[in-house]
Amino acid sequence: MSDSEPLRTRPAVGGEPLEAAADKSRRIVPIGPFHPLQEEPEFFKLIVEGERVVDIEINLGYNHRGHEFISPELTYDQIPFLVERICGICSNSHPFACVLAVEDCAGIKPPPRAEYIRTITHELERIHSHLLWVGLAGHFIGYNTVWMWAWKYREHILQVFEMLCGNRNHYAQNKPGGVRRDIRPEQVPQILAALDLAEKKVRMLTKAVLDDPVIRARLEGVGVLTKEQAIAWSTVGPTSRGSGVPWDVRRDEPHAAYGKVPWNVIVFEEGDVLAKAKVRLLETLESIRIVRGCLTDLPDGPIETRIEEVPPGEGIGRTEAPRGEVFHYIRSDGSNRPLRHKVRAPSYMNIASNKVAVVGGTIADAALTLAAVDPCYCCTERMAAFEDGKQKYTGRELLRLSWQKTERLRERYGR
Amino acid sequence: MRQSEEKLKALIPEAEVYEHNPRRLYIRIPREKLTQAAKFLHRERGMRLSICTGLDTREGYEVLYHFSEDATGTMYTLKVLAPKDDPRIDSLAGWFPATGWIERELTELLGVEFPGNPDMRPFLTSDTDWEADRRPLRRDYERRGEKHER
Repeated sequence: MSDSEPLRTRPAVGGEPLEAAADKSRRIVPIGPFHPLQEEPEFFKLIVEGERVVDIEINLGYNHRGHEFISPELTYDQIPFLVERICGICSNSHPFACVLAVEDCAGIKPPPRAEYIRTITHELERIHSHLLWVGLAGHFIGYNTVWMWAWKYREHILQVFEMLCGNRNHYAQNKPGGVRRDIRPEQVPQILAALDLAEKKVRMLTKAVLDDPVIRARLEGVGVLTKEQAIAWSTVGPTSRGSGVPWDVRRDEPHAAYGKVPWNVIVFEEGDVLAKAKVRLLETLESIRIVRGCLTDLPDGPIETRIEEVPPGEGIGRTEAPRGEVFHYIRSDGSNRPLRHKVRAPSYMNIASNKVAVVGGTIADAALTLAAVDPCYCCTERMAAFEDGKQKYTGRELLRLSWQKTERLRERYGR
Repeated sequence: MRQSEEKLKALIPEAEVYEHNPRRLYIRIPREKLTQAAKFLHRERGMRLSICTGLDTREGYEVLYHFSEDATGTMYTLKVLAPKDDPRIDSLAGWFPATGWIERELTELLGVEFPGNPDMRPFLTSDTDWEADRRPLRRDYERRGEKHER
C-alpha cells in the first residue's frame, strides 16, 4: 500500500462495533494493525468506557501468505522448508508436525536416534521462545532489566543452534523419515554447558520475577481466562495450562522421545497473566531436563528411514510448540505431493480467546493481556488513535500507560 | 477401551468409522447430524476442537472437524460432505466459540456456507483488492490474472 493511500479497514457488517461507538460514553481504541509489543500485524479494536474495555473486535489476515495454497505444489521433501518459514521462532514446530503428518499417512516411524534429535531441537526451541516472551513481557511492564536478562541468556541457546544446524533460527532439521543432521559426540559437552548456564540463569530469573511484589501485583488478576472459557475456545499450550486445563500433546500423544525421558507438565489454575508467566518459566526448566535426558540416553544408529512412497490416504501430525499444539493434516493421492495440506498454528486458537480475556480489564492492561498468549505473526509497527482530529494513543503511549501502572504499584510497595 | 467411539456409534447409527491407526479415527456422518455429534464429543466427552479442514473433492465439499481427546491422545475426525449445488453446513459457532474463525475462513477460501454463524465478515483475504467470489481452495480456482505475481 502506498503512503498516500488511506488505511482502509473492513466495514463492520451489521454495524455492531461502530454503533457501539456511537454510544457517547464509548470510545474505540485501536491497537494495531501492528501490535505495539509484538510488532506484528493484527488489529484489535478495543471498545472502551472510560478506562474499562467493554468489547473487542479482532481483525487478522494482514500477513496471510497462502501456505496451504503453495504446499500442494511442492514435493514432500520441499514442504518442511516452506512450513519452516511460517514462523521464525517456532521454526522447528511446523516442519516437525508436518513430517509427523507425512509419517502418519505413510505409516512409518523414524529411527530412535532421529526421534531423540528431534526432541532435543524441539525443546531447545521452547527454551529460547519462552525466554523471548518473558523478556518482552518484562519490557512491557517497564522492567527492562528482565528484558535484558532474558534475552542475554537466550543468546547461549541460539549459539547452540548455530553449532548444531548452522543457523540461529530456521534449523532445517526435520525431513520425512528422520532428521538431516546428526549430533556429533564432541558437541554434547558444549550443549550441556549451555544448558547448565541456562538453568542457573532461568532459576535466578524465575526467583527474581516471582519474588518481586510489584511484578506479582502487576500481573496478578490481569487478563483472566477461566477454565470454562479456555475449554470453550479450545485454547492450547501455556494459555490453557495457565487456566488449569492440563493438556500437553507431548504427554497425551507421546511422540519422538517424550515418552522415554522424565519430565512434568506444568499447570496453574489462576488463568491470569502471572499464571501464564509461571507456566512458561517453569516449562523452560522442564525443557532443560528433557534435553539433558535425551543427551544422556541418545541411542546409536541411523538418523533416517527412507520413505519409498506416500500411499493414498490421510495423516495428522501434531506436536506441542512453545505456544501450544501445532496441527498439520495431509491428504495424499499417492503422488509425491499432497492433495491438501492444512496447517493450524496454536495462536489461531489462542488469539481468538482474547475476545473474553481482555474484556473487563483496563486499557493499561489490554496490550499486556493481548500479548500474554504470546501471539505469533511477522513484523513492523504502526498504530494511531484519533479523537476529535487529535492523535490520542500511540504505540509508545500505550507502553507509557502500562509503565505508569507499574510505577504506581512500585510506589505503593515502596520499592 | 474406546468409549467415545462406541457411544458415538450408538448415538448416530449412520456413522462410518475408519481407523487409520489406534490414535487416528475418521468418522463419516451425514451433515444433518453434525451438531449432535459435535455436541456429544465436546460437551460429553470433553474433547477440544483442534481445527477444521475444508477440501474440494469430486463428491462435494468435504469439511473435517478434527477433535482431540486429550485424555487418550486420540484424534476423532468427523467428516461431513456438502454437495456442490448446496454447500451449506450448520454453524457450530453459536454454542462453540472455537469454531467461529475457521467457519469464516472456510466460507471465504472454499465457499462453504455456515448458516447460523453470527459473524461472517471476511477474515483473511485482503480488505481492498479481493473479489469475494474468488475461492483459492477450490479446484477450479483460476490463478491467471492475479495481481500478485509469483
